[in-house]
Amino acid sequence: MADRNCLISNEWICGEYVRTRSQELTDATLQHVWITLASVAIGLLVAFPLALLARRWRVVAGPVLGMTTILYTVPSLAMFSLLLPVFGVSAAVVITGLVLYSLTILVRNIMAGLASVPEEAREAARGMGYGPLRLLFGVELPLALPALMAGLRITTVSTVSLTTVGAIIGYGGLGNLIYEGMRSFFKAQVLTASVLCVALAVVADVALLGVQRLLTPWARKRRRAA
Amino acid sequence: MGVVGEAWDWLATGSHWSGTDGVWHRLSQHLFLTFVCLAISCAVALPVAVVLGHLGKGGAIAVNISNAGRAVPTFAVLVLLLLSPLGTHGQWPTIIALVLFAIPPVLTNAYVGVSEADREVVEAARGMGMTSGQLIRRVELPLAFPLIMTGVRTAAVQVVATATLAALPGGGGLGRIITAGFRLTDTPQVVAGAVLVAALALLVEGIFVLLGLVLDPMRRRTGHRSPAAFRPPADQAPKSPVLKTR
Repeated sequence: MADRNCLISNEWICGEYVRTRSQELTDATLQHVWITLASVAIGLLVAFPLALLARRWRVVAGPVLGMTTILYTVPSLAMFSLLLPVFGVSAAVVITGLVLYSLTILVRNIMAGLASVPEEAREAARGMGYGPLRLLFGVELPLALPALMAGLRITTVSTVSLTTVGAIIGYGGLGNLIYEGMRSFFKAQVLTASVLCVALAVVADVALLGVQRLLTPWARKRRRAA
Repeated sequence: MGVVGEAWDWLATGSHWSGTDGVWHRLSQHLFLTFVCLAISCAVALPVAVVLGHLGKGGAIAVNISNAGRAVPTFAVLVLLLLSPLGTHGQWPTIIALVLFAIPPVLTNAYVGVSEADREVVEAARGMGMTSGQLIRRVELPLAFPLIMTGVRTAAVQVVATATLAALPGGGGLGRIITAGFRLTDTPQVVAGAVLVAALALLVEGIFVLLGLVLDPMRRRTGHRSPAAFRPPADQAPKSPVLKTR
């Protein structure tokens, strides 16, 4: 009985809400996940070449780092609003905004990771006849992974949280439910969507940590030895 | 080009700047919120961070608070506070949300700055017979200054951004120009509001960068190594490389 009434009495925690709106919640979560995944994936694809360019030419490094810092300073609502006339009302507005934010952290962390590769490792690889590409993907990238993954985790968690702001144009995943709930003062909807959003961020963080462990087995061995 | 021109026209129209919905009024609300919330956050976070950093305790807490701050969506907290019993108390939900999100960067940076102040210098000062109070005031705080300022600057930009979002649940500030534009499906107004907000955020960032340089107590000393800046967006996860800002 209590469950039935919680929708009417507008309680924060309401099992009936979760039961009756499970489809809506699933759809919102799926939208949230794909917007986040698309943003982080594109962010990584753009950040990697940028970091390589910045490492190769010092002249490029300054503007690239400065530009990404400036982009990061722009508040999310303003960022999405500025992109609105470019893409119209579409998921591209949200994804592009999130990609631009992700560059700040990803470019810096990839550069820091590559810079941390010991010169001896590079020399050894060159001595073994590694070309530039094989050196990058076979030696430097694996050794830069811890820094890269740390950046990726931070970016992913921030992206999950920032996606909610996309609700302003209807592409905010769980943010859409928060936005609707705000307008109709629907407490259960706002709380459920907020909790799901935080849970999503935590799950993504833990999953990426797992991926990092799998990709860098040598780090674990070293930790055990120490 | 059309929208840019129209947004410019919107900004150039005098009537959009006056009145309760005008730019000047919204800007003053935004600045008031930013100033009050930044002051409260510093008053709360700085003493805690300095004492913990001095004692070298609570590092895990400082880092975890920052990580939690990033995982919790600002928008969700704003709406949750609005729907809570606090929601009927005017500006308070907004102020509380702004303070909550400004505390982590101040706390983490000040903690790291103080706890990682050059150990040799600290030991030397202790050997000279400085008391804890003297040590904090004369050695650790000046050494930690650049990082403390980085934290305050990050918090200030964060507050400007969050205050913008506060317009969604009906708070005051420049964000209202954007949300009103959305309601009226007036894209030029949305873009004009966004330009104003972005300009304010960049201005605040710039002012704090300058303040950090001008006020640095160590800036005339030679051989001073400023500690690597610890900027929350990039590096709060444990063991991630420290992000150097300029």
